[in-house]
Amino acid sequence: MADTQTDERVKEMSPIRRALIRPELGGICGTIIVFLFFLSFAGDSGMFNIQGVMNWSVVSAQFMIIAVGACLLMIAGEFDLSVGSMIGFSGMIIALLTITFGWPVWIAIIFTFAICVAIGALNGFIVIRTGLPSFIVSLAFLFILRGFTIYLPQTLERKTIIGGIKDAAQGDWLAPIFGGKILGGFFVWLADNGLIETFERGSRAGEPVVDGIPMLIVWALGLVIFGHVLLTRTRFGNWIFAAGGDAQAARYVGVPVNRVKILMFMFTAFCACVFATAQVMEFGSAGADRGLLKEFEAIIAVVIGGALLTGGYGSVIGAALGALIFGVVQQGLFFAGVESSLFRVFLGILLLLAVVLNTYIRRLITGEK
Amino acid sequence: MTEPIVKMVNIEKHFGSVIALAGVSLDVVPGECHCLLGDNGAGKSTFIKTMSGVHKPTKGEIYFEGQPMDFADPRDAISAGIATVYQDLAMIPLMSVSRNFFMGNEPLKKIAGVSFFDHELANEVTMREMKAMGINLRGPDQAVGTLSGGERQTVAIARAVHFGAKVLILDEPTSALGVRQTSNVLATVDKVRNKGIGVVFITHNVRHSLAVGDRFTVLNRGQTLGTAKRGEITPEELQDMMAGGQELAELEGSLGGTV
Repeated sequence: MADTQTDERVKEMSPIRRALIRPELGGICGTIIVFLFFLSFAGDSGMFNIQGVMNWSVVSAQFMIIAVGACLLMIAGEFDLSVGSMIGFSGMIIALLTITFGWPVWIAIIFTFAICVAIGALNGFIVIRTGLPSFIVSLAFLFILRGFTIYLPQTLERKTIIGGIKDAAQGDWLAPIFGGKILGGFFVWLADNGLIETFERGSRAGEPVVDGIPMLIVWALGLVIFGHVLLTRTRFGNWIFAAGGDAQAARYVGVPVNRVKILMFMFTAFCACVFATAQVMEFGSAGADRGLLKEFEAIIAVVIGGALLTGGYGSVIGAALGALIFGVVQQGLFFAGVESSLFRVFLGILLLLAVVLNTYIRRLITGEK
Repeated sequence: MTEPIVKMVNIEKHFGSVIALAGVSLDVVPGECHCLLGDNGAGKSTFIKTMSGVHKPTKGEIYFEGQPMDFADPRDAISAGIATVYQDLAMIPLMSVSRNFFMGNEPLKKIAGVSFFDHELANEVTMREMKAMGINLRGPDQAVGTLSGGERQTVAIARAVHFGAKVLILDEPTSALGVRQTSNVLATVDKVRNKGIGVVFITHNVRHSLAVGDRFTVLNRGQTLGTAKRGEITPEELQDMMAGGQELAELEGSLGGTV
């Protein structure tokens, strides 16, 4: 063990094995397989022309936004099952504040973000103070928030879908940051130069088929980069790993575990709120059933991305790839003309495979038998 | 004798109606290995947790370098220079050696005004310190989970020393280890002591304590039975004091004194 310069019992690790213990491996393999599959079965269906690409990119970006929050929280050793309800709740709050109470959209958005992040903090605070599993605490919030999301519009407006936000958001400075598009001029230039198609008929004749990159995608990429850098390149990132790896050991060396966990609950709520705001601005309405099952989809994307359910290990890039797989498959089955209910079957199988692979990788890392 | 770094006087700790410590005194001088012996339930863990700032004593005084001290939490004790290495909670298996080594003390470098974790420095220091302790790593990114129990203890000790510990508390570092790993850890304790650090070595194994200890304090049922210097006490006496001097005497014959 000690004394000698080289240890005859430490085998040189093969590059394959070395690559295998990277958390992103599952996500990278999955992405390649999924793209190869759809290139061969739906390659000529329009899935890979610019409209198709934009279609599954937007869906993937939605998954990515909530997956980043769920990923960091899971690495910190906790779950949040209330993400889906939080999406419905925050969207509804924005709608009610703007339509029923007549607030300017930007104040409604900022106020909603404040409420949601505060609820995230409360969620985390209860988990820390009671020592209960976050699974149970956030399950309670799943129901509490969903209940309010249905009750509030029913009582105030006698309906469960609140529309008219597009009109209210006209000329607002904050709304386009969630619902707008960028690089519109670039796409016009592409169209002018014949690089992308333009509409041939209708009111938008002559305009390019894709008129910009939705802010949703910008948010998704921004959050992924932020999450990845935070996790791997900062002191706080080391604390996230430590809090999820072994909270007690981390506390003994002075890591503020409680603060890290509560901040991650707040960040997850923030991501849910970004998702909801972008959705509300895009649709111009909020519905009481928005965000259903999103918490599980986020967790699945994170697990496909190589994170361990037990915390302390994972990757934001992996989670982003998991979200990409999600989006490509969901939209790809549509392009390939496959019955869309099979999407769930596929997801279930993918989740099982990912968990089995992750458990195996964990054994490789820790040397457990 | 030199001034003690830490001096604990008549420490009492009550948990509700349970008196875990009923007036325990102990001091540590630089460059010594002070063994704290006691059977299970004697109050060893409570005592060191008081020393490392996890518990506040119900009564009694703590002096650090002659000054009265009142630790609010473990962070206070750590920044004062009291480092504790716990038996199973020293390291996080899923994290790399380098990330573990700097956990809570991450080196930072500024890029465009933002502080980033300086991985290059961390990796370099980790490799150097591990080599000095006689552990060969494949690389600084090797997960701690692949190290043996003794190596994990050694990494934890090296970490404490690197971050300027003046007092190092080792909570039963050898109790779960095999023979060779134990001797490695004991050798590490010796290295650390020679650097002028005061070591508090908690154990219930008399032989391990005699191998490195300069002074010995025995705890029994929350009370101290006095401190003895090396050479003033025999293994048999230590063993008797730990067990309260009764039952073990009868067993001694049949066990051949090997406990």
